[in-house]
Amino acid sequence: MANWVPLWLHRLGSPPVFYRFAGAVRPWALGLALVLGAVALYGGLFVAPADYQQGDAYRIIFIHVPSAWMSLFIYGAMAVAAFIGLVWRIKIAETVAMESAPVGAAFTFITLVTGSLWGKPMWGTWWTWDARLTSELVLLFIYLGVIGLYHSFEDRRQGARAASFLVLVGAVNVPIVHFSVNWWNTLHQGSTVRLLGPSHIEASMLWPLLTMMAATKLYYIASLFARARADLVASESGKGWVRDLLAGRTGNDPA
Amino acid sequence: MSHAFAMGDYGFYVWSAVAVFFIVLLIDTLAPLARRRRNLRELRARLARQENRRRPGTPPSNESDA
Repeated sequence: MANWVPLWLHRLGSPPVFYRFAGAVRPWALGLALVLGAVALYGGLFVAPADYQQGDAYRIIFIHVPSAWMSLFIYGAMAVAAFIGLVWRIKIAETVAMESAPVGAAFTFITLVTGSLWGKPMWGTWWTWDARLTSELVLLFIYLGVIGLYHSFEDRRQGARAASFLVLVGAVNVPIVHFSVNWWNTLHQGSTVRLLGPSHIEASMLWPLLTMMAATKLYYIASLFARARADLVASESGKGWVRDLLAGRTGNDPA
Repeated sequence: MSHAFAMGDYGFYVWSAVAVFFIVLLIDTLAPLARRRRNLRELRARLARQENRRRPGTPPSNESDA
């Protein structure tokens, strides 16, 4: 690995550097996410043909599946950051872990609601206590538990440490969600898109799905960075760089 | 075109899903921006109060944006 990569990561661990970096990246990530999301929804809702069994109802897939992927992906990112924060006590890692939780909870909520909206016309029920649905609901509760635990401490870093432990313990649920459709006989269908082996989906339906996946990833970056910036100005409020920011001395963007 | 928007008989379900997606993410986008501004405002007010305690003669005009 080139020498500048660890050096750059090390510099990014400094709160003022991260704050500026996040502020510079956020608008581009959000803008690109909006463009890709619009293209993906156009492709999914209007260009792709209707499903031969589910008709137009299957089009919920273009929102439901990328959101479900994100609900697990964000948990993975949060677990890695929580682990780094616990082991090396890096403040930015703790911030990233804690500020990932609300975004993950949002995507998990979207997954559950859109799944319900898909289940009603196709299965004839809004909800069933099936392995996939139940484990995804547990995922939402874990996210909410992490958020609650973080905020229940007077001291932020103590709260982040306690909540990071919960993140690592709760990580056991992630493979359960992912493999639930294989391990148990469930109402929920199996994976359509696979990393290994051929996907069970037509190209005209696959590209909007993958475009939406990219859009949601970029959205996560934008939202995480906005949240980390809001968190840092409060948690670093005693530091000189935040004072400078308020006084407009760095010129970057006061308030 | 209205045919395309009808989504067969499933218009309600498809468009509700799209709406949920956008509403939740819109809230998720706006909330942290407001939080950052609020945090900065509170900090500015706190600094002004400290300044006031240090030099009691100053008029409390710097609390105005709290």
